[in-house]
Amino acid sequence: MSKTPKADELSKIDYMPPKSGWMDTPVEFKQGFWCYGSKAKSLETVGFPNPRQWSPADEDWKLPENWQEIVLKGFKERLDKYRSFKVFMDICVRCGACADKCHFFIGSGDPKNMPVLRAELLRSVYRGNFTKAGKILGKLAGARELTYPVLKEWWYYFFQCTECRRCSVFCPYGIDTAEITMMARELLNLLGLNTDWISGPAANCYMKGNHLGLEPHAITGNIEYMLDDIESITGIRIKPTFNRKGAEILFVVPSGDLFADPGTYTTMGELMLFHELGLDYTWSTYASEGGNFGFFTSNEMAKRLNSKIYAEAKRLGVKWIIGGECGHMWRVLHQYMDTWNGPADFLEAPKSPITGTVFENAKSTKMVHIAEFTADLIRHGKLKLDPRRNDHLKVTFHDSCNTSRGMGILEEPRYIIKNVCSHFYEMDENTIREKTFCCGSGSGLNASENIELRMRGGLPRANAVKDVVEKYGVNMLANICAIDRAALPPLMDYWVPGVGVTGVHELVANALVMKGEKERTTNLRGEPLPGVVETREERRKREDRRKEVGRRRKREEG
Amino acid sequence: MKLYNLLSEKKSAILNRWYDAVLDTYPSDTSGFLKGQKNPFLNPVGSTIFQGIENLFEELLYEKNPHSPPHPPLTQGGQERGKGGMGGLSGERASLFLDNIIRIRAVQEFTPSRSIVFILLLKNAIREELKNELVERQLLEELLFFESKIDDMALLSFDIYMKCREKLYELKVNELRRLTFGRLQKADRIDKQENDLKSNNNEALERKEVNK
Ligand code: SF4
Ligand code: SF4
Repeated sequence: MSKTPKADELSKIDYMPPKSGWMDTPVEFKQGFWCYGSKAKSLETVGFPNPRQWSPADEDWKLPENWQEIVLKGFKERLDKYRSFKVFMDICVRCGACADKCHFFIGSGDPKNMPVLRAELLRSVYRGNFTKAGKILGKLAGARELTYPVLKEWWYYFFQCTECRRCSVFCPYGIDTAEITMMARELLNLLGLNTDWISGPAANCYMKGNHLGLEPHAITGNIEYMLDDIESITGIRIKPTFNRKGAEILFVVPSGDLFADPGTYTTMGELMLFHELGLDYTWSTYASEGGNFGFFTSNEMAKRLNSKIYAEAKRLGVKWIIGGECGHMWRVLHQYMDTWNGPADFLEAPKSPITGTVFENAKSTKMVHIAEFTADLIRHGKLKLDPRRNDHLKVTFHDSCNTSRGMGILEEPRYIIKNVCSHFYEMDENTIREKTFCCGSGSGLNASENIELRMRGGLPRANAVKDVVEKYGVNMLANICAIDRAALPPLMDYWVPGVGVTGVHELVANALVMKGEKERTTNLRGEPLPGVVETREERRKREDRRKEVGRRRKREEG
Repeated sequence: MKLYNLLSEKKSAILNRWYDAVLDTYPSDTSGFLKGQKNPFLNPVGSTIFQGIENLFEELLYEKNPHSPPHPPLTQGGQERGKGGMGGLSGERASLFLDNIIRIRAVQEFTPSRSIVFILLLKNAIREELKNELVERQLLEELLFFESKIDDMALLSFDIYMKCREKLYELKVNELRRLTFGRLQKADRIDKQENDLKSNNNEALERKEVNK
């Protein structure tokens, strides 16, 4: 008979983690922390290597026989092509300044989530294969071979990095671990090792122009439903145009905002704002995605998916482009689009037709973030606003990684919120602006199967929200990112239930007093405005209507 | 009440032992950080655990003492909770303190037993800290009683752990449902479109509008 341990012994049994060094601690794939592998079909669609059925949980990943050769060749090519990559491989002094700055490390306590160690996963192979010291001294010089377990470790941990760049803010050498992750994912991609959640949308986008694979009629259909809602709330029928040649401005949003709440309210807000301004703009059902999941596979793929934006601007003959509220979309547009697919010399420097402001910062890309556009409108007193309609909200603002660290949009959204809401509270200074904590689901990690990973990655963010909830009774988390609008609601639900999530332009439209509008009794979500008492009958009608709209929208989005 | 006085006296030493033992459940590269970084915004795990075990310890001490003053009201989400100081271990206060810690451990890479073992580690901390005093019979008896309260908390922890896990499944299912529903609808529609197309084509063939 086996010996039953005593209670005291029980509590001592194996709760201690292994004491071996990181190189000798093999990776263990635990449910909840990784995403499903990419499907053969998605890879085939975009012509990526090694399309096949596989699962990351399988022993055998069905790799080509010469996989090591492929990776090392790809490694070499990238070291030669990207000087920054080579420098990042060489200059880290392992000072540790970045070690405790990653939300995944903070939330998980897993040392391999320290940015320095994450990078070391790749760097050790770099040393072993591309440096003299590493070749001679091996492990003594921190070098190792590229083995199957090492490859698996790469896959596990480079899909546990949201490319948020928080670590790079603290590195004295400016090493950007996000870029190291990008390179690692490119190398994995050479073997067909991506995730379904990334390669699926990338393939959709390649075929249909957006991540969800919405066809033109689904896009216009979804927007029609929004227009119905707007009409019943404001009494105003808006008639936007699609694919209209000769419009002054092309408007591109992240497609998530076209079909999922609360993103749809942001789109409704944008529709209302543009209508009120009488803006000469058009939607495109082809350039129907600002986001770019190709960016999470390879530079080349991101470029291919991005090319439709300038191409469509050219086809329609617009003068410049406004982009919706999104995060990674803007990293791509702001930092890569111009070099990839520019120069867009057929466009003009963006100039607001309402205020005359020329957006010098976008002179080259010709594309302006809608937060910049709207902040400028408010600054010039061009909008009639009634912030009291948002009086039931106590709002805080989450800086998304890409707009804050990637392009420095820090003041505009805050300025807008303060003009359309009466109650605004900042979270702790260590968790906002350049030092913001990621939502935990960026860079294509917002799948469902890795929810544990997302929750712990989002803990530092949620923890700061909890603080303003306890101090000020905050009940609304605003942001300017579509991934945030998808990822933050479950994050709040788990850590700080009761906090809503909203895009900034939803707040704007609720406060916006439109010409000829009827007296508003509800906000864009159909909830009664502060001070408006709803009768039981009205409540019933509202709920019926909501259900109906939900049903129709789902039918349409398909 | 002798044990209780001792426990109050040695509170900070016991808490430190307990805290160290809980942090030892994390890899050694990590426990240093969890212990060293005092800013709660930069170290939510360490600070939640420390705050949590302190509250739990006080709750355990309070439990026994009929002269304890009423609890200050709990505030969370800007609202008062757990009014009236229920005190009992099934009470809302203990649950809330446990929840804060377990909610975190439920998404870290622990097995269920490891997720909640932290509460039992208090036993070791007390035994070690009071090892010289714990030779007295009266103290030992009191200790048994006190430890049974810790066991109660362990049981309560199990319920809380399950709730956290259920919440995670719920979040997962909600997201999946949204997706699958959309896909099914789409498949349905494509099917329908294809059928429409086929029958249109067939009709056209029948009417000899097209040559095959
Ligand atoms: S802060 Fe920079 S130099 Fe220091 S360990 Fe991190 S990456 Fe290396
Ligand atoms: S980029 Fe972000 S997620 Fe990646 S290692 Fe750095 S801090 Fe962590």
